[in-house]
Amino acid sequence: MMKLGILINEGPYTHQASDTAYLFTKAAIEKGHKIHRVFFYNDGVYNASRLTEPPQDDRHIVNRWQKLAKDHHIDLVVCVAAALRRGIKDENLQEGFRISGLGQLVETGIQSDRLVTFGD
Amino acid sequence: MEEDAGGKVKKFLYINRKAPYGTIYALESLEVVLISAAFDQDVSLAFLDDGVYQIVKGQHTKPIDVKNFSPTYRALEGYDIEKLYVEKESMEARGLKEEDFIVPVKVIDTADMAELMESQDVIMSF
Repeated sequence: MMKLGILINEGPYTHQASDTAYLFTKAAIEKGHKIHRVFFYNDGVYNASRLTEPPQDDRHIVNRWQKLAKDHHIDLVVCVAAALRRGIKDENLQEGFRISGLGQLVETGIQSDRLVTFGD
Repeated sequence: MEEDAGGKVKKFLYINRKAPYGTIYALESLEVVLISAAFDQDVSLAFLDDGVYQIVKGQHTKPIDVKNFSPTYRALEGYDIEKLYVEKESMEARGLKEEDFIVPVKVIDTADMAELMESQDVIMSF
């Protein structure tokens, strides 16, 4: 069993990063690993927008994270500085995510056995 | 500012691969580096590919209306972040020399860079 930290640096749909991170996180949980935290940085903060509305026949990346977090009690943290400069605030933040500081990312690096980055 | 890291000290390496302007990666990488200083960790920075341009002297950003954040690299010393590495091959491919950088760096080749990465606990690449 390993304690993993996940860092996501790209937004949904444009890049595959968030999809891969989701599938990786899900697989890791199924294998019995623990997820210390999923941290959203750079354009990754858009993965937390409650206003996201993909076509019905497509995957809902935001809600998929929300459900995974709810089912497995995963801490989904969105960087406050990155979020504010991109217009992500508490008022449009999806349930299950929380906004916090970059210190939470550094702390994830310290506390996790591995920090796995998903970016471009 | 001191943060509680539970007494753990890990080796953090921040890898910078992109040009300072054109995308936000360089700036947001630097923001993480500054925060990590508050956690008393063993921090190193590496500059590869176009990332070597991040610390080049004489950046002039007024015409593109973006803040020149390169002086911040000079402030890192004050946070006890003094281990800055530049990949030799990336530097030379761009016609740059060690004296072109605004901060003291250690120039190492690809093999040594690989060894440096191997020796780290946490790597963040931007």
